[in-house]
Amino acid sequence: MEDIKAHRSPLALQRTVAERTIGHVQAESRTTRLQIANFSFYYGAFEALRDISMEIRDRQITAIIGPSGCGKSTLLRSINRMHDDTPGARGKGMIAIDGTNIYAHDADPIMLRRRIGMVFQRPNPFAKSIFDNVAYGLRVLGWRDRNAIAERVEQSLRKAAIWDEVKDRLKSSALGLSGGQQQRVCIARAIAPQPEIVLMDEPCSALDPIATLKVEDAMLELRRDYTVVIVTHNMEQAGRVSDDTAFMLMDSQTRAGLLVEFGATGNIFTNPKDQRTEDYISGRFG
Amino acid sequence: MISQASNYRRRAIVDQIMRGMAILATIVALIPLFLIIGYVIVRGGSSFSIAFFTEAYRAPIALGDDIRSPGGVLHGIVGTILITGLATLIAMPVGIMAGIFLAEYPSNSVAMTVRFCTDVLSAAPSIIVGVVAYTLIVRTTGAFAGYIGSIALAVLMIPIITRTTEEILKLVPQTVREASMALGAPKWWRTLTVVLPAALGAIVTGVMLAFARAAGETAPLILTVLGNNNLSYNLMAPIAALPLLTYRYTEQPFPVLNDLAWGTALVLTLMVLLVNISVRVATRNRLR
Repeated sequence: MEDIKAHRSPLALQRTVAERTIGHVQAESRTTRLQIANFSFYYGAFEALRDISMEIRDRQITAIIGPSGCGKSTLLRSINRMHDDTPGARGKGMIAIDGTNIYAHDADPIMLRRRIGMVFQRPNPFAKSIFDNVAYGLRVLGWRDRNAIAERVEQSLRKAAIWDEVKDRLKSSALGLSGGQQQRVCIARAIAPQPEIVLMDEPCSALDPIATLKVEDAMLELRRDYTVVIVTHNMEQAGRVSDDTAFMLMDSQTRAGLLVEFGATGNIFTNPKDQRTEDYISGRFG
Repeated sequence: MISQASNYRRRAIVDQIMRGMAILATIVALIPLFLIIGYVIVRGGSSFSIAFFTEAYRAPIALGDDIRSPGGVLHGIVGTILITGLATLIAMPVGIMAGIFLAEYPSNSVAMTVRFCTDVLSAAPSIIVGVVAYTLIVRTTGAFAGYIGSIALAVLMIPIITRTTEEILKLVPQTVREASMALGAPKWWRTLTVVLPAALGAIVTGVMLAFARAAGETAPLILTVLGNNNLSYNLMAPIAALPLLTYRYTEQPFPVLNDLAWGTALVLTLMVLLVNISVRVATRNRLR
């Protein structure tokens, strides 16, 4: 018990210290990694996100929660410019990694995506072997050394808490794995190039409870090295894994996504400042 | 309650009638197919012999009232494989690349135009393609030749391969493309390493079906390769082909040559059937 307490106390301390809302100057140990400032997003004339501002801290898990259609995924996908190929989609305002605006004119989306890993709602392994799936990002980066690739693949699979289940069948197709295993292989694939930030778009929504717990274990493992942003429908999950939480809602008139409240997860869940957050968290909201 | 029961009985009767009509329609649709295959097998099979597969054309010999043909159709088999093979070599890269273009850049104006032209081309009667090839190439070069037939057949194959490739690539899930995109892969790399491999089996199927379709085309060949009574491997000169032999031998006054026409028809049918079946066997495991 003593050990566990000693292990957990810095984290608990950090959570209480790290209370922040928009506009407040934070006072905590982790620096800001990703800054979103007055960011709006449009699909043609439709405003999908309005004036979002938040600061995502280094090597912390930030959860984005909110009802369906509130723009959670749009915000997440804006962080690595996944909308670039969608006709009429454009962002306004700033999203900056370490102070560099990724929506600047000279920003290269391909180089950006190499710094950011992404895990999707449904497991989407390539129709390749487990090994080749995880090695894909490395080969994109031009890695040729077989030993180095093999080493990184193993390391990534271990981090994603899937190594023991697949180490004997790395050459078999990733499509033959169960949904939960596929998702963890996808996590390993996303982190293999050692991105700085990992984005997860409802990574557990297609998984059963046991697989969900395994993926959550993997997330906590990732937290040591990576800044993680996760979109989730599951509030218990946000409570279990995240350090900070952003609560979003859809504006009832214009249907634009708004950021209602952002702060340390403990505060959002136990002491929300906004009535709408409280209603949603306590289940009184539709 | 009574009206409910009668309503149920009425629905059951209508169900029976509709099912009967569907089965009847299926049988009607299958009758010509079996009739054709059966008739070709019966008439063509009887003309099969060793010489049929190992000899080229030889003039019929009359022994009294008995007119015999000692020759075979080897020249036609060789010609068809060469002509259609070259046509596939031309059509495959063009068709697959056009299909990739249509699938990966679907909504620009060039793609719209290409898609429209492809649809028009795939509906064009093959004789028109033959006439154009005749006018543009045979008349210009002043000679009939096998390769001109290949070009004409390739023109017929390209729209099939293009549209098959496009349709198959569209079936590759968007999420898989996104996964590659999110890993920082450029679009060409994504297409080459993720999209194409996932669709490869189906693309090969499309190519083979186009091959089977082209192997049976007659009209464009009449105007381009002309035909040849001797065994020839030279695509730069007139060459024989199975559909041409079927057409020419059917016109002949000698019943022995008419029999050879049935034989070539059967060989052609078997070739197409073989291609179809082997494609299905080869790609069966990929269709999950």
